[in-house]
Amino acid sequence: MSAISREDVAHLARLAHIEMSGAELERMTGELDAIVDAIASVSEAAGDDVPATSHPIPLHNVMREDVVGATLTPEQALQNAPDAEDNRFKVPAILDGE
Amino acid sequence: MAAYTADLVDFDEALERYDPVLGFEVHVELNTRTKMFSDAPNAFGDVPNSNVTPVDLGLPGVLPVVNKTAVEYSIMLGLALNCQIAESCRFARKNYFYPDTPKNFQTSQYDEPIAHDGYLDIELADGEVFRVEIERAHMEEDAGKLTHMGGAAGRIQGADFSLVDYNRAGVPLVEIVTKPITGAGKRAPELAKAYVGAIREIVKALGISDARMERGNVRCDANVSLMPKGATKFGTRSETKNVNSLRAVEHAVRHEIQRHAAVLDSGEAIVQETRHWHEDTRTTTSGRPKSDADDYRYFPEPDLLPIVTNEAWIEEIRARLPEPPAERRKRLQADWGYSDAEFRDVVNAGLMDAIEETIAAGATPAVARKWWMGEISRLAKNADVEPTDLGATPATIIELDSLIQGKKINDKIARQVLEHVIAGEGTPGEIVEKRGLAVVNDDSALGEAIDAAMAEMPGVVEKIKGGKLQAVGALIGPVMKATRGQADAARVRELVLEKLGIEG
Repeated sequence: MSAISREDVAHLARLAHIEMSGAELERMTGELDAIVDAIASVSEAAGDDVPATSHPIPLHNVMREDVVGATLTPEQALQNAPDAEDNRFKVPAILDGE
Repeated sequence: MAAYTADLVDFDEALERYDPVLGFEVHVELNTRTKMFSDAPNAFGDVPNSNVTPVDLGLPGVLPVVNKTAVEYSIMLGLALNCQIAESCRFARKNYFYPDTPKNFQTSQYDEPIAHDGYLDIELADGEVFRVEIERAHMEEDAGKLTHMGGAAGRIQGADFSLVDYNRAGVPLVEIVTKPITGAGKRAPELAKAYVGAIREIVKALGISDARMERGNVRCDANVSLMPKGATKFGTRSETKNVNSLRAVEHAVRHEIQRHAAVLDSGEAIVQETRHWHEDTRTTTSGRPKSDADDYRYFPEPDLLPIVTNEAWIEEIRARLPEPPAERRKRLQADWGYSDAEFRDVVNAGLMDAIEETIAAGATPAVARKWWMGEISRLAKNADVEPTDLGATPATIIELDSLIQGKKINDKIARQVLEHVIAGEGTPGEIVEKRGLAVVNDDSALGEAIDAAMAEMPGVVEKIKGGKLQAVGALIGPVMKATRGQADAARVRELVLEKLGIEG
């Protein structure tokens, strides 16, 4: 049974602002479905007595002191930007943001 | 469409038919030295993109590390809001695609906030207390700042492109979410303002935020819905974003109540949407409707480990909490014996701390209030500075008062001395000495001035002799003039009557 539908992929593409053709949607639907199937096999290995977990390592409170460290310069920060102006990243106006 | 431009319903009329339900999301920027997940400086107003590290830019392969101070500040705030502190909580990724976050997600908390189930008692101006229930307070990070260029200035509509500064990206935030607030009725706008004001006051008292609303340190999203009077099922709400002054919070809630009532009266339905507040017109306009784009696909942040608290840590943090601001105000007013109106004026003038220090330094509450609220405030207003920045200190006031009490100077001279203190001429004592401002208590010098005045005004003298003692006042003016204001008026009166052989 297919876990991922073409509509799911179209929805995700919309959320991510990625334009996808019909052929691309078809292909991604198949590929994502195969990935979900592969990951689903984990649930076969984990019995009911294994709680859901987000971290494999039983660590907590890994924190740092509130001390300032080295930063990038604006030039370094912007060196891979496709476009920049006035020390800032220049991006297309995106209308659906807040 | 017509419904959204419809006239507003009169506020009182709207509340005859509808009960408002409020909800607030207040974001507080913490004033830690560094960001939430990186050691870049948390600073305002620096060169764009100078306070960034690879973590803040979401570059590949970076790993965030939690700022311990930010966690402790969040716990402090949770405790001040009477919340439960989670024994264990974790971070989550809130996924969205917009240039203000270069990572394509905001690191936040979702199902496990650090603080939950608290409350805050909000006292309105007339003393009525509303309890606002707090659902949660969670840790997250701020986004970068976009400036829209081209098109209509500063507005995204018609903008050609945007410029992004990530200095703010990653600044620690705590988002405080209330439960729905019912029962405020016509006091809803007032309560809204008082609630946000109380949050601001608390974070300031805790010292965990600069709490400057005009800089966005405290930001409020206000949810408003109406339900027919007596109903229990909430109506559809609107969410007015980024209402960034206390006055605006009050006006925005009021406006939305009036707008909702107009829409509902016309038989239309409220659309669940964000609204934008416009300070110039004091209205809101439609923003973005709730849609399937509000699908953040939260999942636990794999790069950060859970925060686990224990009683010892929480109690150690609790011990650092200052007295809650509302309780402190109550205590101080009672200690000082000020009337409600007097105390409110002091609070509104921002002089409570100054007066407290002055009293602690030895002044009486009445003297501290007289100087701070009177002459110091007046001079500060003229100089267009805060009274506390004028240069007068508790020591100045105490010295001025002791000079008055010792009859060295009178009130009027004391005010002149204060001006000289502010001009940096020295302490009040030094100025009185240097400028020869001490009151003329020397009866012979006074006597000469009085004799001269009486000689000039025989009519007045006759009146006094005739029993009209209040006529003495007419002599005091010339005597003051002759002594350059340094005479003690009461002593002048005594001497005049003495000279005329009249019993005062």
